[in-house]
Amino acid sequence: MKVYLLKRFAFAFFTMFVVITIVFFLYRSGEADPAHIMLPPDATPKDHEILTKNFGLDKPLIIQYFSFLKNAARGDFGKSFRYNESAAKVLFQRFPASLQLGVAAFLFSAIVGLAIGILSAVHRDGWVDRVGRVIALGGMSIPSFWLAVMLMLFFGVTLGWLPVSGRGEGGLLDTLRHMILPAFCLSTYPIALITRLSRSSMIDALKSDYVVMARIKGVPEFYVNIVHAFKNASITLITIMVPMFVYMILGSVVIETIFSWPGIGRLVIEATFARDYPVVQIFILLITFLITTAYIVADVLYAVVDPRIRFQ
Amino acid sequence: MKENGQDISQALSITPPDVTEKKLKVRKPYLGLFFLGVFFFMVIFADLISPYDPFASDLSKGTLPPSWQEGGTAAHLLGTDFLGRDQLSRIIHGSRMSLVVSVGCILIYGTIGIILGLISGFFGGKTDMFIMRLSDIWQSVPGLIVILLLVSVIGASAKTVIISIGITGWPQFARVVRGECLSLKERDFVRLARVAGCSNFQIMASHIFPNIINTLLVLSTIQIAGIIVLSATLSFLGLGTQPPSCDWGLMLAEGRQYITYAWWLVTFPGIAIAITVIGFNLTGDWLREILDPKQMLR
Repeated sequence: MKVYLLKRFAFAFFTMFVVITIVFFLYRSGEADPAHIMLPPDATPKDHEILTKNFGLDKPLIIQYFSFLKNAARGDFGKSFRYNESAAKVLFQRFPASLQLGVAAFLFSAIVGLAIGILSAVHRDGWVDRVGRVIALGGMSIPSFWLAVMLMLFFGVTLGWLPVSGRGEGGLLDTLRHMILPAFCLSTYPIALITRLSRSSMIDALKSDYVVMARIKGVPEFYVNIVHAFKNASITLITIMVPMFVYMILGSVVIETIFSWPGIGRLVIEATFARDYPVVQIFILLITFLITTAYIVADVLYAVVDPRIRFQ
Repeated sequence: MKENGQDISQALSITPPDVTEKKLKVRKPYLGLFFLGVFFFMVIFADLISPYDPFASDLSKGTLPPSWQEGGTAAHLLGTDFLGRDQLSRIIHGSRMSLVVSVGCILIYGTIGIILGLISGFFGGKTDMFIMRLSDIWQSVPGLIVILLLVSVIGASAKTVIISIGITGWPQFARVVRGECLSLKERDFVRLARVAGCSNFQIMASHIFPNIINTLLVLSTIQIAGIIVLSATLSFLGLGTQPPSCDWGLMLAEGRQYITYAWWLVTFPGIAIAITVIGFNLTGDWLREILDPKQMLR
């Protein structure tokens, strides 16, 4: 187990290294010049030179790369060009907003998706199954950005019930009101995915011998469904839902842009186009680390739920 | 006797009652095929059926509402945008952009995925491990972020979208192809082909590949649905096709500024996307049911 985890984490670090190397060179291969983007139009060539030197962009690319690696190994990811603050600090200032939205959306989609999925597997072709099929198809097919715009139009413009931009500053209730639309739009695709997966894995589990056995023993229907069938069905779900959670808390570029939500997704899209290298790099490192960790966690949870699985 | 046994098992409800009947019942794909029919009709006959030139602007007729609303004219069925371009014509022509982009992406990542998947599954061993680890690395960065970086380096255009989605999407294809290849290569006809003296390439190209076409067809249909949404998202964010091209995502982005008084500009292009994507998804699910019997009971 220990060796297994060690191997997996070693590969995770290798992945981060490869990804950041590709990103580093790819991103700098364009012709854009961060100093040029940052400076006002009336800046002199002298200003430009000072700023370039300040960012460390005057040195050859390969030297920049090695000094980046050296600093990164010590936990220093450089200063953001735009905010003149450490890139890590800039990123983590925006993190709570994304976390808040992501957790809300994840909980909502997990509850709704699992409820619909399990009920439609238990009562196949019943009304929940029919409605669930439509919801799953809609969630897969309707672009979330369009749904966002339509909901803004309906609840924000026509009815005027809900705010359509920002995070809200007037206490808990106001924050919740600001969160409803973005969290809902963020959760439509996950709901569809969870519904489909939980339905099909529950159907498989309900057909198995141990469920039949439990029924013969006279276990109440509810316990058969939840304790016997769902526990086994959850194995497939874990593999999908753990990484899904990570993706969701790391912010959605689309939803945050539309609703002007001050989270990581918006920061990254702004930073990418302003050529704010340090911010983009630390974001890529963070997301690669969390995603690879999420897969490892999913595999470990796998073994916790199903003791038959052994690590190789 | 058999009937009697079934009665008892149904009374105890120990076997799911629908195992036997369900096998033969495939849901009818009429709705999905109808939506796809509408989409391809628009693609093929765009020049014939669209009432106006999609690029011709007439500022005197800017932001006209749809014809059934007060102020709309029968001449512009779905209204006009802020430059006075006929929205119906633009939606009809926009279908072509969706098709070109999605087919372009599928061709790129399908080719990469099929080749790597075949090699990986066929040769196994270290080659397999290398390719699978590569796809692990590839999948650990979200596609949208890679696309964002590429767009910021190469510049936003339809071509960039095709290339960047094309090179980010291959791992899923490779995995599916590899899985199929692994089970096919143990089959007798592959062994016999080897005995007959076929080269590795011949076996892969003419014995294994034809047997995975069904799976690829299903996978591509469902993936096209995803790509249409993704490319529309990119255009909407200003990272995809640029004005003045006809693209549904771009139309939504342009219409968004006028959301408070021109609801039709953000409504109809979105409906067009949703209908097309639903068409591809439903057709894909149906193809899976008829082509892949293992999945029938799902």
